Amino acid sequence: MQGLEIHELSVAIGETRLLKSVSLSVAPGEILGLVGESGSGKSMTALAVLGLLPHQARMTGTVTLDGAVISNASDAVLRRVRGSQIGIVFQEPMTALNPLMTIGDQVAETIRIHGRGGRAEARAAARSLLDRVGLPADRFPLDRYPHELSGGQRQRVAIAIAIALTPRLLIADEATTALDVTTQAQILGLLKQLVQEDGIGLILITHDLAVVAETADRVAVMKDGEVVEVAAASRIAGGMAHDYSRRLLAAATHVPDRRPGVQTDAPAVLSVEGVVREYPGAPRLFGKRPVLRAVDDVSFSIQPGESVGLVGESGCGKSTLLRTILALDPPQAGRVLVGGEDIGRARGADLLALRRRIQMVFQDPSGSFDPRWRVHQVIAENFNLSPDRPDPVAARRRVDAMLEQVGLASADGDKFAHEFSGGQRQRIAIARALITEPSIIVLDEAVSALDVSIRTQILDLLADLSARLSLAYLFVTHDLGVVRAVTDRLLVMQAGVIVESGSTAAVFAAPTHDYTRRLLAATPDLHRNIAALGRPDLLSNITEETTP
Amino acid sequence: MTDATSARVATRARLPVALVIGGLLTAVVIAMALVSFVWTPFDVTAIDIARRLSPPSAVHPFGTDPFGRDVLSMIMVGARNSLAVALVAVGIGLGVGAPLGLLAAARGGWIDETVMRTNDLIFAFPALLVAVMITAVAGPGALNAIIAIGIFNIPVFARVTRGAALSLWTREFILAARTAGKSKTEISLQHILPNLLNLLIVQAAIQFAMGIVAEAGLSYVGLGAQPPMPSWGRMLAEAQTLIGFAPWLAVMPGLAIVTIVLGLSLMGDGLRDLLDPRLRRER
Repeated sequence: MQGLEIHELSVAIGETRLLKSVSLSVAPGEILGLVGESGSGKSMTALAVLGLLPHQARMTGTVTLDGAVISNASDAVLRRVRGSQIGIVFQEPMTALNPLMTIGDQVAETIRIHGRGGRAEARAAARSLLDRVGLPADRFPLDRYPHELSGGQRQRVAIAIAIALTPRLLIADEATTALDVTTQAQILGLLKQLVQEDGIGLILITHDLAVVAETADRVAVMKDGEVVEVAAASRIAGGMAHDYSRRLLAAATHVPDRRPGVQTDAPAVLSVEGVVREYPGAPRLFGKRPVLRAVDDVSFSIQPGESVGLVGESGCGKSTLLRTILALDPPQAGRVLVGGEDIGRARGADLLALRRRIQMVFQDPSGSFDPRWRVHQVIAENFNLSPDRPDPVAARRRVDAMLEQVGLASADGDKFAHEFSGGQRQRIAIARALITEPSIIVLDEAVSALDVSIRTQILDLLADLSARLSLAYLFVTHDLGVVRAVTDRLLVMQAGVIVESGSTAAVFAAPTHDYTRRLLAATPDLHRNIAALGRPDLLSNITEETTP
Repeated sequence: MTDATSARVATRARLPVALVIGGLLTAVVIAMALVSFVWTPFDVTAIDIARRLSPPSAVHPFGTDPFGRDVLSMIMVGARNSLAVALVAVGIGLGVGAPLGLLAAARGGWIDETVMRTNDLIFAFPALLVAVMITAVAGPGALNAIIAIGIFNIPVFARVTRGAALSLWTREFILAARTAGKSKTEISLQHILPNLLNLLIVQAAIQFAMGIVAEAGLSYVGLGAQPPMPSWGRMLAEAQTLIGFAPWLAVMPGLAIVTIVLGLSLMGDGLRDLLDPRLRRER
């Protein structure tokens, strides 16, 4: 039997069953997408294959690679298998690489540890591997350090290490999740190419159905430690049999029910006029200190009830712009008007009044609450903005009412934020923003860290609140799928400049700027796949497959 | 639900082992100090030449010194002095150093530079040397020892506070507090300080222990509490020449110092575990 075969694999720690009779196979040259939400057992399956389970875990079942049993093998055998026969690429390329070693040494080390050549041969091999993963010698000599590379380039180094010993199987665990969409598309393309050229089997672990649909041959859907369905990847967009797979797809493609509530004739809730924000660059020995212009003459406005998306890749100036809009940093030029008043110049009670009207939901659902404050204190902190602060009893009553409005129980106010799940924490964050009765909420990657089903609930909640309170939103995100589902208008930002803006539907249908086109082309898109289902060649593909 | 509740009760009831042991050791010394106010086995100033240098016995559990004074009584009264000096010195360090650190982290710029460079300046002097200078100018005594040790605690607390505060200032919950219109002072007191508290408590326990050692060192060279007030450091100094035939004179005050220093260090560790809500949940 060629390739990887997992048969009836079960893993338990104590009474908790983490994997329940998982059976999967990956043929040489095949890409198997392993999808599921947090805690579904995707990564646990990979760890079990690698023999890297925690010590207290009990494992039953068999794992074979090219016919040889590697489950419950001795440590010495497993060490040989790991690296030489199975390569792995993790999510975070910065922590997976040693920051003190050059990239050449790190690739060469893998080759030498497994005794595949001496120092000189290993370095030569490292060079050709880096060439192969798209890091050519003239721009990426072997003596570069990881911090001198971008996230995507680091991930290429990690891939070079993983394929250094021409493994039979490659495991990519959320390997593109932390990358920008265009970089993600390049890395996925590279993985695909390597799989085809070398006939490696690839397990692509991800929470993103769209990535799997575009990259994998087959998909395995996991839930609570079980594989609920294995199907051809072409079936993802519409042919999956299991109820949970369909729910996952529905969540991933979900479009919240939004009533058109944009008040076009009313004065704008937020208008940004020619904002410039500069940072001093690294000082030079001679000459003037250079200036980095992070936000360059940005202007836009948002109407009451309108939902606007601001997209762009990391480092494009989104976060800097946000800090300026929220009056956390002053602009060097231009101004930010909240309800017609300049928030940058407001002081004292005026500033508090403006802050009440523009509120924020942060990306990291665990980092945006003081770990020592109870939830009701966290939410009540925003009463600081009210001119007539409610007394503790009245404040608590309003906090409780707000918690119920965002779908939590009033008793939850007595807990700490870390006692909640990611989705619940985002609800708390929304409650904190809403308590001031704002006219606009800025959401900075507010749903990026959430599982798709939770993301659906949060987006529905936001749509519902917007309709009831005629709230405007500014969605700042790199996820075009979310933007498409929930925004009326779209701003595309590149290198500090808004390069394209227009209604979301129009931009998606006919992007005018080159950068927007690249961004859209790189985004894995289930809608596109569903539309493509009408194509007869894909349909014939589906009928060939039989559901296992 | 009942399972979860009983589990929580169980973890609440289980204190960190380090805290229990450290707390017991510290409590023994504190109890000795407190009891000495109302009762000691013998009068610490009563000289009884007939009983001089008697080894530990039922009457004098820790033996007697060359003047026939009871060593246990001297240690009990000396504990008062040690604890008071260290406590006030840590209080000075924490009370001045932590606010300075918070200020430096919140304001940045020249305020930060001024505070931290002044700290470096103090750090650059050997602590005991300056203590000697202060006592040389102002005369020996417990109060001057307190001031000398206290001054050297200030930069320790300022640095610890500033470093941790700087990293907290970049967190999103601080941004959230800023969008809630809180001033830098309010944020420092309501968000930064409570999140630093476990760090400061651990540091205070360490500095407390070091303060006791420093006080013993000053007394050892005759710059601490003056006779007839007993002091652990001076007891050690006086025991030095007699260590060959009256070892208990050195061992007993030495053990007292070890007990309180170990107790405070363990207690610091244990308190840190107990005070962190995240650690509490995971235990």
